[in-house]
Amino acid sequence: MAQIKKSNLDRRVAVKAILAERGDSLVVTGLGSSSYDVGTMDHPNTYYLWGGMGGAAMIGVGLAIAQPKRRVLVITGDGEMLMGLGSLATIGAEKIRNLAIVVIDNELYSETGMQPTHTSRGVDLAGVAKAAGFATAGTASALADVKAWIPKIYNTPGPLFLDIKVNANRYPLSIRLRDGAHIKNRFREALLGSKAFD
Amino acid sequence: MKAASKPVPPPAWPKDIYNVFKQIGIRQVAYVPDAGHTQLIKSCHADKTMRAISLTTEEEGVAMLAGAWLGGDRGALLMQSSGVGNCINMFGTLRECRFPLLTVVTMRGEWGEFNPWQLPMGQSTARVLEDIGVVVEHVNDKTLVGETVFACAQMAFQTNRAVAVLIGQRVVGFKDWSK
Repeated sequence: MAQIKKSNLDRRVAVKAILAERGDSLVVTGLGSSSYDVGTMDHPNTYYLWGGMGGAAMIGVGLAIAQPKRRVLVITGDGEMLMGLGSLATIGAEKIRNLAIVVIDNELYSETGMQPTHTSRGVDLAGVAKAAGFATAGTASALADVKAWIPKIYNTPGPLFLDIKVNANRYPLSIRLRDGAHIKNRFREALLGSKAFD
Repeated sequence: MKAASKPVPPPAWPKDIYNVFKQIGIRQVAYVPDAGHTQLIKSCHADKTMRAISLTTEEEGVAMLAGAWLGGDRGALLMQSSGVGNCINMFGTLRECRFPLLTVVTMRGEWGEFNPWQLPMGQSTARVLEDIGVVVEHVNDKTLVGETVFACAQMAFQTNRAVAVLIGQRVVGFKDWSK
């Protein structure tokens, strides 16, 4: 197993670089810091999870199947992804072509007291994704690497998985949008127009 | 000596559910296999207008169908009653966001059950679902399965609620362990 030395990359720098290129992509975030990071660049076609831990990748699957012409990008954390490891097997088996998953991996449960996750002890999420059948999977730990991945995140036939090793920086809660029904309805109206209320 | 048994025709209720799925425009079907759902899963896989997806755990299907709804697709989740317990926290997300969900659950652990390990979840299924805010309809008459699924789909997709149809073991059938 390749050992990657501690990353100096700041999570918000990485997320900002990726989201700047989102175009008409549809974004789903996993609960916790990933939702707050993405929330700094709010967009009506971002669906934020504030609960449902382990569900972000599969929400991406249902959305990607419903919208085959759009790129669906799931941005989540290592703890959230570890809770949904089985979904990587489902995605690999189903070969969801328009789905990309980016994990912001600080190797910590940063919302609950900075306890280490399994990725701090050698569990290689990109390796799991690759073994599960993802078309493309890798790990990045510097901004230049992340930037090199960005075109692939949005264009390479998926499923694509990128684990981004970041440092332990934490930020104050940046996003005020918490009402689940509102987040869902806003997303559907922006995507489906008047059909959102059929 | 037992007389040679006649071949048993397949039950009609799985086809009734499939016909309702067609009628209401189900596009995504997520499932963890169950013997009771064999025929319906086969029909959904064979239908080019549906995407049938096998899951590693039922909870994945709850999240997947929330994503389907975000993207404008109607879906259905097929599982056995033991799978309901795997979904509870994700049902909470549906409730907070007012996502619709149609799930068709084949029951174990009730009427005629032989496996004691099925009883705890089977006997708690309806109560647990109701506790987390899922509307429950239990159907024990095979002739009412189709119309029950249709009525529940209407509730789910028109009122943005999670609705479960429990197909009773009286309908699904049970193994005879008396011999």
